[in-house]
Amino acid sequence: MRDRVWIFAGLAFFVAALTCPAWYAVANGKASNKSKPPNLELPANQKECVAPAGTMRAAHMQMLIQWREDVVRHGDRRFVAFNGKVYEKSLTRTCLGCHNKEQFCDRCHAYSGVSDPYCWNCHNDPQTVAGSRTRSTP
Amino acid sequence: MKITRKDFLRISGLSLLAAGCKRAAESVSQPASSVRAASTQPVRWGMVIDLSKCREKDGCNACIHACNAAHNIPQIANHAHEVKWIWTEPDATVFPSAQTDFAPQTVTETKVPLLCNHCANPPCTRVCPTQATWKRDDGIVMMDWHRCIGCRYCVAACPYGSRSFNFEDPRPSIESINPDFPTRTKGVVEKCNFCEERLARGLKPACVDACPQRVFTFGNLADPESEPRQLLRERFAVQREPELGTGPSVFYLV
Repeated sequence: MRDRVWIFAGLAFFVAALTCPAWYAVANGKASNKSKPPNLELPANQKECVAPAGTMRAAHMQMLIQWREDVVRHGDRRFVAFNGKVYEKSLTRTCLGCHNKEQFCDRCHAYSGVSDPYCWNCHNDPQTVAGSRTRSTP
Repeated sequence: MKITRKDFLRISGLSLLAAGCKRAAESVSQPASSVRAASTQPVRWGMVIDLSKCREKDGCNACIHACNAAHNIPQIANHAHEVKWIWTEPDATVFPSAQTDFAPQTVTETKVPLLCNHCANPPCTRVCPTQATWKRDDGIVMMDWHRCIGCRYCVAACPYGSRSFNFEDPRPSIESINPDFPTRTKGVVEKCNFCEERLARGLKPACVDACPQRVFTFGNLADPESEPRQLLRERFAVQREPELGTGPSVFYLV
């Protein structure tokens, strides 16, 4: 029992090392900040999306993949929404026609730790390239 | 509820019969719908290029500029890394076997607009290991840049040099980005898509609309009454290297 001091000191060090990321976050005031959901800017001109918000939140990536397959491989650009409205299957024209990429997509992606999906390696955000040129097609 | 053996056999027999009938009804109705689909007008997009009109305004390049702007094509100074969808080369290079000893210089040296031939029998699609390039039902040799792995088999297979590879990130070399069309990324192959995205909106290809001389005639080669077919009936036309058996859909009136 003469080693008690060393054992408890070691245990205390181990626990401190294990929990140090949490302490570090608290010390930097990040923890409270992170737990808050991101402040998403919703489109001003539209009340409805192509699917209910819950579906979009959970499955917009599957929908985008499906749209991609339909448009590129089958030439099918017509999307009939749940409420019967017809949309063009287009990331740039339909999604970004209402949503602002930086204030909507990027904020939530950064919050969820899935920042920079590689869509944007090729697809353009009309807001950021708008300065260089006006839209060419009808 | 108690069920007798006789009832059980009767019910299961009837259910099997019903399932069989449904299957039979489906198989009868299916061929009818596929026949209906096949009876719609077939489409094979093609183009006729009138070189005599093009010669009148040699060095104009309006078609090239229109295509570059519409499709975000990078202008790369390094010739080895060049990306091109529509470009020009001298007549003598494009049609070497059609040259005569005494052809006028105005003909042999004029620039001929070149683009993907959207072959009836495209060699590029045969070699693609991921089916990133394939032939659509309307004759367009299409590319899916999402699926391209950049192996460049298609570049090697195309006898017309219509395909370009992105050796570097194209974005810094694009003068002004058209947000309606994606750029490409480093490591994918690209080529003319016959303005598939414009055709879907009922427009003609960008080069066709941009040409001040109306050199390009675009239409459905499968329709005998279409504009290109009428031109091909009236005038003598050539294709690029037809002896290869690729069946180009781009014709040149010499």
